[in-house]
Amino acid sequence: MLIKIPKSWMLRESDATPQTLYRDRRKFLKTSATVVAGGIAGSFIGPEAFAAWVRGEKLPNVMKSGYTVDEELTPFEDVTGYNNFYEFGTGKTDPADAANDFKTDPWTIEVAGEVAKPGKYSVEDLIRSSQLEERIYRHRCVETWSMVVPWVGVPLASIIKRLEPTSKAKYVAFETLYNPKRMPGQKRSVLQWPYVEGLRMDEAMNPLTLMATGVYGEVMPPQNGAPIRLITPWKYGFKGIKSIVRITFTEKQPPTSWNIAASNEYGFYANVNPTVDHPRWSQAKERRIGDFFKRPTLMFNGYEEDVASLYAGMDLARNF
Amino acid sequence: MASPMTATITPPWGLNLRKSYRAQWWLVFVALSLPLWWLAYLAFSGGLGANPIEAINRFFGDWALRTLLIALAATPAKIVFGWVWPVRMRRMIGLWAFAYVALHLSNYIVIDQFFDFSEIWKDIVKRKFITVGMIAFVILSMLAATSWNGAIKRMGAKAWKRLHKLVYMAGALGCLHYIWMVKADTFDPLVHLGILALLLGVRAVHLGRKMWA
Repeated sequence: MLIKIPKSWMLRESDATPQTLYRDRRKFLKTSATVVAGGIAGSFIGPEAFAAWVRGEKLPNVMKSGYTVDEELTPFEDVTGYNNFYEFGTGKTDPADAANDFKTDPWTIEVAGEVAKPGKYSVEDLIRSSQLEERIYRHRCVETWSMVVPWVGVPLASIIKRLEPTSKAKYVAFETLYNPKRMPGQKRSVLQWPYVEGLRMDEAMNPLTLMATGVYGEVMPPQNGAPIRLITPWKYGFKGIKSIVRITFTEKQPPTSWNIAASNEYGFYANVNPTVDHPRWSQAKERRIGDFFKRPTLMFNGYEEDVASLYAGMDLARNF
Repeated sequence: MASPMTATITPPWGLNLRKSYRAQWWLVFVALSLPLWWLAYLAFSGGLGANPIEAINRFFGDWALRTLLIALAATPAKIVFGWVWPVRMRRMIGLWAFAYVALHLSNYIVIDQFFDFSEIWKDIVKRKFITVGMIAFVILSMLAATSWNGAIKRMGAKAWKRLHKLVYMAGALGCLHYIWMVKADTFDPLVHLGILALLLGVRAVHLGRKMWA
C-alpha cells in the first residue's frame, strides 16, 4: 500500500532542477574532460563554488534547526572519507572507494509489523523535502574517535506518527539492504548480513532521533549511508544503521548486528557512557578527528538533558 | 670455541666475508627500512587520512609483526631451500622488527596517550590485547639487549640460545595481540597467524625428522 503524497511539496520539487538532470551533469563532468571543464567553470564562478558544485547535489530548502553544538565542524572530506560501513569493506577508506557507484535510486523501504500503514514506500514518501532540517550533532564512534557532523533529515518521530504504529509496537527494527553484488563487503561474513538495528519506541520518538538523507547540505553520499540512515547522537555510531530498506514495528526487542557479533562487547542500548568501558578499551576519552589530544567523553555524548530520562532507574553498566 | 653459531652472528664487516654477502646484507637492510620512507611520504602527502595517529599506530604494528615473521622465516628458508644467507643476517632483521615494535609502542605512549601513564597502566592490566602486546615487547627488548656478540660470550651460547627461543613466543603473542585488537574482521590477523604456523610447522617437521631418523 502506498501513502498518497501531499501536493504541497510536489510543487516545490518542480521548481528545483530534476534529480536526473543533476546526475547527468555530474556524470558528464566526471567522464568528459573534467580538468578542462573545471578550468573554464572555475574561472567563471571561482574555484570554491565550482568544487561545491561538482561535489554533490545540494538539498534545497533545508532549514537550520535549534539542534546544534557550538563546536567546530569536522571537515567534509573527513566526514565522507573516514567511514565504518562494513558493507563496503572494513577499512576506513573502503566505503568511500567501493560505494562510489552505489545506486540509491530507485529505493524502496518496506514498513511492516505492528503498524496501521504497512507497505512499500519511497524515500520521498517518508521524508518530505519541505521538512528537511539541518542538525549539527556530535558523532561518537565506539572505537573512541568522534566528529561533529551537520546532518540533514527529519525527526524519526514525524515519520512514525504518519505510519501509525499500533499499541503493540514497543520497538522499531531497521534493516540495511542485503545485496552482495552492490555491497561487495557482504561477500565476506564479517558480520551477519543484513545489518540490523533497533530502538525502543520511546528512543525512536525522542526529538533527537533523526532520519537523515543528507550531510553538509548535500544529498547523502553512499559511503555515509545513502539514501536514508538513522542518527542517534547519544549512542555509539554503530546504532546509526545505513541504507535502510526495512522498518518493522515489533513487540519484542529486535536483534542488533554488533550484539549478535559480540554480545559481551556491544549491547542493545549502546549509549555513549564514559564510565562503562568496552571490554577491550576505555571509553573515558575520545579523539575528535583532527585533534591531537584526546578529550573526555561526555555522558550520553553530551545529550544527557534530552535523553537521560529515558533510562531512569536502569543499571547502565548492565544495559550497555 | 668455534661453534656453528658464530656464522650466524658474524657481522657483515667481519674479515671473512665475501663481497656479495655484504651487498646482500645492505640490500635487505635498506629493504626493511622502506616502510619508514613510505610512512614519511604518506605523512607529507596527507596519505594518513582523517585519523593519522591511528594510521601510524596500525602502520608500525603491521610492520613490526611482518618483520618479525621475516626474521622467523630465516631458518625455514634454510631447511626448505638450503639458503644460508637469511640465517646469517637474521640478527639485523630481528633488530628491525624490534625497531618497528619500539616505534609502535612509542606512538602509543607519546602520541596516542600523551604520557598518560595511569591510563596506560590501566590498559596494560585491563586489556588483554595490550597485556600480550606488552609481554611481546618485553621479550623482544631482552632479545635486542642481548643481540651483540659479547652477550653470547657472557651468557654462554646455551643460555643465550635458550633465551632467544622466546622469539617464537613473541611472534605468537604478536599475532594474538592483533587478533584480539580487531573488532570483527579477523582476516588479516589470521593470515599472519597462518604464516607463523607455517614457519613453525616447517621447523617442527624438520625437528621430528631429525629425532626419528
